[in-house]
Amino acid sequence: MTDVTPYVVLSAILFSIGCVGVLTRRNAIVVFMCVELMLNACNLALVAFAKQHGNLDGQIAAFFVMVVAAAEVVVGLAIIMTIFRTRRSASVDDASLLKY
Amino acid sequence: MTAFWILAPVMVIAALGILVVRKAVHAALLLAVVMISLAVLYAVLEAPFLFAVQIIVYTGAILMLFLFVMMIVGVDASDSVVETIRGQRAMAVVLGVGLAVVLIAGVGQLTLGTVVGLDAANEGGNIEALANILFSRYVFVFETTSALLITAAVGAMVLAHRERTGPRPTQASLAAQRVRGYAERGEHLGPLPAPGVYARHNAVDTPALLPDGTPAESSVSRTLAARGTIRNAPDLADDIEDVQRSLGGLPGGSGTPADTSAGSGHNTENPSTGTGGPGTDEEAHR
Repeated sequence: MTDVTPYVVLSAILFSIGCVGVLTRRNAIVVFMCVELMLNACNLALVAFAKQHGNLDGQIAAFFVMVVAAAEVVVGLAIIMTIFRTRRSASVDDASLLKY
Repeated sequence: MTAFWILAPVMVIAALGILVVRKAVHAALLLAVVMISLAVLYAVLEAPFLFAVQIIVYTGAILMLFLFVMMIVGVDASDSVVETIRGQRAMAVVLGVGLAVVLIAGVGQLTLGTVVGLDAANEGGNIEALANILFSRYVFVFETTSALLITAAVGAMVLAHRERTGPRPTQASLAAQRVRGYAERGEHLGPLPAPGVYARHNAVDTPALLPDGTPAESSVSRTLAARGTIRNAPDLADDIEDVQRSLGGLPGGSGTPADTSAGSGHNTENPSTGTGGPGTDEEAHR
């Protein structure tokens, strides 16, 4: 194997799986996990391309994605907890007050 | 590439598992598998710094945060796999497969050429090389992330903080409330009944039996009731009855299963059905 194509293909598969998870799961926490899976898949592609091009910028980008993901998880889980406290449910279907 | 061909199927299977498992905790554990495998792939791809950060930040911090929130939120109806919009799941799967096909076809049409490799870039250490770039070309982005992290920390504290709107209830006020409930609605004044504990499993998930043989709902924790893990006392009593029959006859013959379960409580001397605890616990309610 002369290039990093398998890694990028794996990254695409993981991204698609995460995408399906966000669309199908109802538990807000699991939906969040699937978002994390998508971010991780992107990181894999970034690191793979960093190796392909012999350039560390991809690894720096992956590092920043991790930082943003950490911040996002902290705020997102706090929101899930707040919703759970007021509505006694962690289901994404139940938080529909803005619908009508 | 050996590590890749071993880990890639594991990762894909674990990721697919996240889609189908019912319990959120199992999804978190499967996500941990994916993330640790990813860390190994980072190591293979000559990114030792990201290997460590992936394990420390993702599996160490973020997944533990998920598990903590799951502990607080608990298990509820949102774990059910019933779809609320008809055909949503099929549509989502079609969309996901389509996305994967498009992405893989796009990647497949590229010719990336020979891998340059990071040997030259990692000269003198991967972490040193990353630091050189991070604190020169990306220093502004780096400083911006500090603002982002502070905002996230403050936001999480604001969201998770609960303002107390009323005065904290004291023991005296709670007692007064209880007596008022007894006076107005005739609620039971004393403590809730204890659950029936059977010696075959020293648990608190079996409701105590009322004098008429019906289970006392208030004797088991509401959490256990919400999880649906409450055992049925008459079912357990059937087992006890079997043991008693094998040992020769029931004491004080009784008719319905509920009655036999109540009767089995008396048999505290029988070593096969346990001693002391089960009988006395039920006696208290009768």
